Amino acid sequence: MTAVQSRGVARIHAAFERARAQNRAAFIPFMTGGYPTAEGFPAVADALLARADLMEVGIPYSDPLGDGPTIQRASEQALAGGTSTRHTLGLIKELRRRHDTPIVVMTYVNPIYAVGPREFMRLAADAGVDGLILPDLPPDQDIEIADLAAEYGLAVTFLIAPTSTAARVELVAKACTGFLYAVSVTGVTGAREGSALGEVPAMLALARQYAGVPIAVGFGVNDAATARQVAEVADGVVVGSAFINAVKNGQDVGAVADAIAAGCQR
Amino acid sequence: MTLTLPHYPMPDDRGRFGRFGGRYVPETLIPALDELDTAYRAAKTDPAFLSELDRLLREFVNRPSPLYLAQRLTDHAGGAKIYLKREDFNYTGAHKINNCLAQALLAVRMGKKRVIAETGAGQHGVASATAAALLGLECVVYMGAEDIRRQSLNVFRMNLLGAEVREVTSGTSTLKDATNEAIRDWVTNVRDTFYILGSVVGPHPYPAMVRDFQAIIGEETKWQLRAVEGREAPDAIVACVGGGSNAIGIFAPYAYLPKDQRPRLIGTEAAGEGVETGRHAASVAGGRVGVLHGSMMYLMNDDEGQIVPPHSISAGLDYPGIGPEHCHYSETGVAEYVPVTDAQALEGLQLLTRLEGIIPALESAHAIYHAVELARTMRPEQVIVVNLSGRGDKDVAEVARLLDVPKDAPTVTPAIQKPAIQKEVLA
Ligand SMILES: Cc1ncc(COP(=O)(O)O)c(C=O)c1O
Repeated sequence: MTAVQSRGVARIHAAFERARAQNRAAFIPFMTGGYPTAEGFPAVADALLARADLMEVGIPYSDPLGDGPTIQRASEQALAGGTSTRHTLGLIKELRRRHDTPIVVMTYVNPIYAVGPREFMRLAADAGVDGLILPDLPPDQDIEIADLAAEYGLAVTFLIAPTSTAARVELVAKACTGFLYAVSVTGVTGAREGSALGEVPAMLALARQYAGVPIAVGFGVNDAATARQVAEVADGVVVGSAFINAVKNGQDVGAVADAIAAGCQR
Repeated sequence: MTLTLPHYPMPDDRGRFGRFGGRYVPETLIPALDELDTAYRAAKTDPAFLSELDRLLREFVNRPSPLYLAQRLTDHAGGAKIYLKREDFNYTGAHKINNCLAQALLAVRMGKKRVIAETGAGQHGVASATAAALLGLECVVYMGAEDIRRQSLNVFRMNLLGAEVREVTSGTSTLKDATNEAIRDWVTNVRDTFYILGSVVGPHPYPAMVRDFQAIIGEETKWQLRAVEGREAPDAIVACVGGGSNAIGIFAPYAYLPKDQRPRLIGTEAAGEGVETGRHAASVAGGRVGVLHGSMMYLMNDDEGQIVPPHSISAGLDYPGIGPEHCHYSETGVAEYVPVTDAQALEGLQLLTRLEGIIPALESAHAIYHAVELARTMRPEQVIVVNLSGRGDKDVAEVARLLDVPKDAPTVTPAIQKPAIQKEVLA
């Protein structure tokens, strides 16, 4: 089992390691699977993958309660266009033909249960997915999912938040095999005005005591300036809503990504 | 102080009722849920909290609610005696107030100044707004656009009470989306906001806490029934199930009795236009195990895990899931869950109105319909208690629309004929 297990974990750690060697925080763009349409998604994903150290693809879900309006609307649009769980994994499989960049899937637990946890892991591994980010699954909730992910060579990422107590940070950090995801704000995803690091440094200092994996920070990072602040303290920077807004506004996603990626340079 | 809050053997330490329940929420909320759990455990045995809740339940809510023998309904069915547990007599018109006042008191105790709530029919929103007004708390209520249309009277009541109603237009614009929005608000403002959840759903400890606050319904039923029938347990209890709080409130005090002492516990789910049509809100009959709003339960979702929009004539039952404790009851045979359609509920509503002079909420009408069907199969010495969860004032405009009563109808209308209803509802 360990040989298989190491695949996603090793690829993710190598991506962070490469960025670190170049004195950068890893640049981790997020895009909703099948957004803006199933046909339009590959080009957007290509542009992001070409610049990413690691890419996050969201499985569109009808009730994404950890997400703000931007990602929620993107999910609604993708679902209306016929994208769903299996289809998103299929889209990732296509991307794998052209890209070697590690891909992690962001998904709520209900789609995993609906497809069946084992079947879901099998499909994800077959699509070339390297890891999972589970925003509504605290690690002590459901051991089965983490165990199955490991069995299929997928890394798992859980989240900490500014409200997390030291005991929770320890528990979550130790459960992560890919990287630890630190949520920068008390709130849902979405681009925010007036960037301030706020509680991030203190949260990361605490997390570093326990985490044996890299730590990425996300939620509310939407421009190079914020990315630069985060890159000072974190191993990776996750940016999502900014790219969805770019697609929505007809901007050149590659150019927006270049700018933010430049912000990840230390 | 006479009030005590019950101690049931479920859920377990992890908030599970068998395989159901749990805490599937963003990590941001976990410390808040722990804090709530601790505060609730302390309050549960604190004489000061209990005596204040007891006083409010009696003096403000109007408890105990009567247990009423519906003689004409009983005669009509021609079988078991049908008693109604009159939660419609509660101030604000439904059982929701029991839980809201208790949670609002807890909010005060925890030092929170702002409360939020989700609402479908508006009853939970009105109850939350009322409790907030009484205790001087800021209150924001999330409500789907579709429910705002169906329940404009309740929206007005909430506004009058000083609450802000926020319209939710995402997803299906009904209760599940209002709940998502309330949870998002909570994730964002968790440090100073108390989420008053309206049913036995959501992450642990909500399903247990709401049950405990609603269990007074069943506890009262016990002594009231002993007084009139000489026994605490009826032969059957029927209650409607949206999330399941009024049903659990009357079931729980009986559910943990040994099997031979336990009445038949029957929850009526909203079957909408029929479970087979897919246009329903019957999560046990037409759903399967999934996760929504923080807990594992029976859920209407497709084979890719997307939530299937529910449908019910009653906004309060229009929810794609059912509380985890009910799921466990269903799986272990402690309770049964039966579907009742929109048309049948309308029939139940008219039956109770004509025979007893009680206009029930459309939600409760589901239970009335089934209780009459059930009574027919039982003997006259047997006893059914129906939980009449709320009164129908909020629904009269919607019922008029469904019964096809013209807007300019004379104030003295002729008797409404049954065929007209069926045509409209089944069309
Ligand atoms: C009168 C009435 N009954 C029943 C319900 C359903 O809720 P629950 O199943 O939690 O009792 C509602 C919900 O709004 C209601 O207003």
